[in-house]
Amino acid sequence: MTAASDTLDPSPARAVPLKRQLRRAERRKNLLFMALILPLAVFVLASFVLPIGSLLQRSIANPEVHDNLPETLELLDDWSGEGLPDEAAFVALARELGAARGTPAIADIAKRLNREQPGLRSLVMRSARALPLAEGTPAQDGLIGIDERWRDPVIWETIKRAGSPTTGFYLLGAIDRTIADGGEIVKLPKEEAIYLDVLVRTFEMSVIVTVACLLLGFPLAYLMATLPVRHANTLMILVLLPFWTSVLVRVAAWIVILQNEGLVNKLLMWLGATDAPIRLLFNRTGVYIAMVHILLPFMVLPLYSVMKGISPVYMRAAVSLGCPPFSSFWKIYFPLTMPGIAAGSLLVFIVCMGFYITPALLGGPGDQMISYFIAFYTNQAVNWGMAAALSAVLLAATLVLYALYTRYLGGNAVNKIR
Amino acid sequence: MKTRLLVTLIAAIAGMSFAHADVTVISFGGAAQAGQKKAYYDPFSAESGIKVIPGEYNGEMARITAMVQAGNVTWDVVEVESPELVRGCEEGLFEKLDYSKIGNKADFVPEAVTDCGIGTFVWSTALAYNADTLKEAPTSWADFWNVEKFPGKRGLRKGAKYTLEFALLADGVAPKDIYKVLETPEGVARAFAKLDQIKPHIVWWEAGAQPPQLLASGDLVMSSVYNGRIAAARKEGRNLEIVWNGSIYDFDYWAIPKGSPNLADAYKYIEFASRPAPQAQFSAEVPYGPTNNAAVGTMDPAVAATLPTSPANLVGAFATDTEFWVEYGEDLEQRFNAWASR
Repeated sequence: MTAASDTLDPSPARAVPLKRQLRRAERRKNLLFMALILPLAVFVLASFVLPIGSLLQRSIANPEVHDNLPETLELLDDWSGEGLPDEAAFVALARELGAARGTPAIADIAKRLNREQPGLRSLVMRSARALPLAEGTPAQDGLIGIDERWRDPVIWETIKRAGSPTTGFYLLGAIDRTIADGGEIVKLPKEEAIYLDVLVRTFEMSVIVTVACLLLGFPLAYLMATLPVRHANTLMILVLLPFWTSVLVRVAAWIVILQNEGLVNKLLMWLGATDAPIRLLFNRTGVYIAMVHILLPFMVLPLYSVMKGISPVYMRAAVSLGCPPFSSFWKIYFPLTMPGIAAGSLLVFIVCMGFYITPALLGGPGDQMISYFIAFYTNQAVNWGMAAALSAVLLAATLVLYALYTRYLGGNAVNKIR
Repeated sequence: MKTRLLVTLIAAIAGMSFAHADVTVISFGGAAQAGQKKAYYDPFSAESGIKVIPGEYNGEMARITAMVQAGNVTWDVVEVESPELVRGCEEGLFEKLDYSKIGNKADFVPEAVTDCGIGTFVWSTALAYNADTLKEAPTSWADFWNVEKFPGKRGLRKGAKYTLEFALLADGVAPKDIYKVLETPEGVARAFAKLDQIKPHIVWWEAGAQPPQLLASGDLVMSSVYNGRIAAARKEGRNLEIVWNGSIYDFDYWAIPKGSPNLADAYKYIEFASRPAPQAQFSAEVPYGPTNNAAVGTMDPAVAATLPTSPANLVGAFATDTEFWVEYGEDLEQRFNAWASR
């Protein structure tokens, strides 16, 4: 402060005009603020932007064949694609596969090619094991002698395609497309296509959970906002209590409650509502129940904070001017809660899109959301390219939706209030 | 560089709980690990003075890949299944074993001796049923598919492996032809068409502990199971029975992640766990077959009869084709996921 008042010293002896002094002081203040948020900026960059960037990069990275078979690929560049490549390409391939033999590189090549066409792994591994070729054998005869499949131009086409430094293979795969032998992009056959359906399902489930949360959360938040503080606080603790419990624990609790011999079914059968237990577990119903329960606080809290700020005077004024109670609620109170609805729905929706553990534990194979498949490729299949591509698709879909949402819903709601 | 840093971080977090270990042994948990503790960990520590730090995982190669790539290996011995062993060995994730430190190769079942791992037991995926709820015993996978004669829900493991084999067995393919048929697109279509027949009756399980529980509670009438889990449930008094006909057996192996900091102790542990007497004790705890040929001789015949490797139980059983699953696994699992989620 003292420094700022020094520079702002309005003594006429100094010829610096006041405007410049002011600007200088402003600049210094800005620098100070920037220094204050620098740690945060660095943190966000290191923990958020870089990992996401490296993840997106992984979805198009394609080093396996490109780095390990450079000479072969260079020779294949000149190959027309008609008939077999010439002897030089066979020689280069035999040499490079031979060099990779017994090292992790050969497994990389085999794994990558096998993804393009199942069966190529054994071709590569078997050929590498039989290399190097006997002295004096022409490479073409030698390789075909090891395995007849080297006679097939499609195999060479596949190597060429898999050898580009970056690939759209995983991203296309994540939207059920693939590159055909001719090079054009085609839809996967019906029995192999899966991710577009899963993406649609992820959206659909998120919408249903969001609407359910809104329908359940709105009256609750309204009650909390209108009750005397003492009771409202008790309710608030009840809302927050599950919020502080681990998601895993809550999901496990739902398994106990919803199973065939569980509380819900026992109660229903005791009441005579049903004779045989209703299946609530390993299907959509169970997933919805648990997801709504887990996400309800995300809806209630923003709604409550907005409702708390709405003065009861508006409603009283409307009623005293002759507006019936329901109309005054609908026309006056409800529009005022729109920012809370917008914020709560967005929060619930976005969290929903990335849900993993609840559907994985409570749902069947037809109830899994896209995160399940990301985890599958990361942990089990160890196909990180595919995991990254699915994440990229999820990220893009969420961003597009968020943009549409703020544009058509969120923005309007806020403007209406203003 | 960026990814390397990231991988290091992940591996460091994953390995934190195992720091300062004498020899860290990772296996799949459950009844099998309880048996390993009694038969291997405790006696080994008593004999050698080396402490065993046990850990659990679910067979995810991602963990081992991350550790080895980051050069920060915190696991010394890990139990792996056969396709993972083959892949990991090719990708350089495991040490090539020096058998002079383990024992005489000829003492073991031939399939147990591989470059990167030594088989520790034989386990089996078989058909099991609740003998209290079914009046008549099923005898084959064809019965599993017969929903008129045996009404009720059936359990299968969520995944292509075993499920496709069982479907083809039920469709009348002989065990020796299963993988030949599955190699062709027609064979795969045939297996999925067979699965379509009972799709609404299937409950999919993921953890080995689930099917015995679901069978005992009456949620399932029959299910594919890991044979060891059924034995554990029977000890608790559940009347569950195994049908060995059409069962598929496989090996689990001990392997050493490349760059293990306690290589010498890891070998000592594996050498101990490959001796006949501890293996016989392990089989008495959990009915998985031993890999050391001398182990069966020292065993109680009553125990030997419950193992997947007993001659009576091997009738109609066959070994999984590891090479096939390494080759076609990724493709078939994707196909299975697409089919199952429809």
